[in-house]
Amino acid sequence: MVKRILVGLIIVLLVGTLGLFAIAWRPAIEPVAMPAPSSFAADLVGKGEVLAAAGNCASCHTVNGGAPYAGGRGLESAFGTIYSPNISPDPETGIGRWSEAAFARALHQGVARDGSHLFPAFPYDHFTKVRDDDVHALYAFLMTRPAVNAEARANTLPFPLNIRALQAGWKFLFFKRGAFVADSGKSEEWNRGAYLAEGLGHCAACHTPRNRMGAEKSSEAYAGAIIGGWFAPALNSTPTAPVPWTQDELFGYLRSGATALHGSATGAMSEVVHDSLAKLPDADIHAIAAYFADISGAASTQALVEPAVVKAMAFEHRATDASDDAGANLYAAACASCHYNLGAPPLAERPELALNSALSAPGPSNLIHVILDGVGRRDGMPILLMPGFASAMSDADIARLAAYLRRTRTEQPAWSDLEATVSKIRGQGGA
Amino acid sequence: MTTFSINGQPISVDVAEDTPLLWVIRDVIGFKGTKFGCGIGMCGACTVHVDGRAVRSCITRVGAIADASVTTIEGLDPAGQHPLQKAWIETQTPQCGYCQSGQIMQAASMLKDYPNPTDVEIDAVMSGNLCRCMAYVRIRKAIKLAAVELASATHTGATSHE
Repeated sequence: MVKRILVGLIIVLLVGTLGLFAIAWRPAIEPVAMPAPSSFAADLVGKGEVLAAAGNCASCHTVNGGAPYAGGRGLESAFGTIYSPNISPDPETGIGRWSEAAFARALHQGVARDGSHLFPAFPYDHFTKVRDDDVHALYAFLMTRPAVNAEARANTLPFPLNIRALQAGWKFLFFKRGAFVADSGKSEEWNRGAYLAEGLGHCAACHTPRNRMGAEKSSEAYAGAIIGGWFAPALNSTPTAPVPWTQDELFGYLRSGATALHGSATGAMSEVVHDSLAKLPDADIHAIAAYFADISGAASTQALVEPAVVKAMAFEHRATDASDDAGANLYAAACASCHYNLGAPPLAERPELALNSALSAPGPSNLIHVILDGVGRRDGMPILLMPGFASAMSDADIARLAAYLRRTRTEQPAWSDLEATVSKIRGQGGA
Repeated sequence: MTTFSINGQPISVDVAEDTPLLWVIRDVIGFKGTKFGCGIGMCGACTVHVDGRAVRSCITRVGAIADASVTTIEGLDPAGQHPLQKAWIETQTPQCGYCQSGQIMQAASMLKDYPNPTDVEIDAVMSGNLCRCMAYVRIRKAIKLAAVELASATHTGATSHE
């Protein structure tokens, strides 16, 4: 009797496993002879270059200082580290023998040429929206890059998460395949912005919180999220920045890397502005700004900008007796020479902390990163340099300074565990 | 190897990227006008200009200023005749003089943002430049004097100083 039950169980398990693999199975797409770079028209390659910039492909598929698109950059997730593969056209270790159909399937369905499922660290949930003609141009661009022989590094995902077939289940639960569908009720500009932001730009990959399975929570689209030790601020109608993000502010920030009323792009967002969006024409940046201005309801907040600036600027002059306030003393000695502002609006070259979105964010991580590591000449506002204070200030000093700035320049609740957070971020090393 | 320009001259220095800019200026290049004070960006004695804006060179890694243009007190005015330098002499501002190159570099940067600064602005922006001789009253006076000269130079269309 026991034997029968056991045999029955084994059969059920086998059938179940086979069934799962049947659902998960995708055919391999035959390798092709590597297409000659000369077979791609120059204007098509040029179009693909801009699109690859819009997708910021190089950011994940290149290690710092390494050969472009040769992969190897580790993306840390709650499940383990996933290393980006080589997407240069190397026939052995890259995508040199991938046909365009295989490339398109990877983007649209998250399936590699050999039929294995890709992990959603690769944002195919966004790239599925990319139009075929754009995929065509991206393929032309990547296939004309220098081929680099570089084996992919092994991921550190634990069993059973490393079983790619199980990704079929993830896709069943969270992945909606399909090209971008224009909203006929919106302007052409809005639709262009939506196409770029939701598709190649994959903005939500950082700005939307994820569930325990690592999927974006569609109910909290653009609500802001912690990623890589930084806070990617909310882009929906509940941003914490003191001054509303109008379409002009969004454009200025995305085009130049900083605005006087919101602050500088640092961390991964600096890469997005200076490496990715920099290659896009003004019209596309305007389109993305128009899309997010609509999402955040900027049309109804335009009138709030000026009073918000005046109010924030008054914070600079909140009376604090510096002589017995360690935070105020630190600010006066280390920060005020560059950050002090008098008038409203403040000078762009003197980033006003009362307006800075790092100070009004729910958590202190962005502010701490910047105090520790500064802002490079190539980050944020072009040319403007802020040295880091990592070697100059103790964890306790940075915690005091952050608490003082939060208390005097925002109306947000105090941050907790500041000193421990500084210590943790310092331990993670440079930005 | 980090390449940048100092007082208008291109230079390449072969030092570790995290070497403080101040060390490079004083010990590698040999300009001694910029002073070491606290070494932690809290006193202002090491202030120089990076791309025209005041920066504390003791906490600035040389790697961070690659391709930038750096100006020290030696390069503020080729003849040492910047309105601030003249005002410093006229008002007999320095006592021991250790902090003054940092004070002048910070003030020169401030006058670009606030060409006609009030006491409140001077106190706020200059509070990170310490003076152990307590020459603050004269520093303030000299800055205002220089502001007047800079304003008249701008009005008469004369060559503007850095």
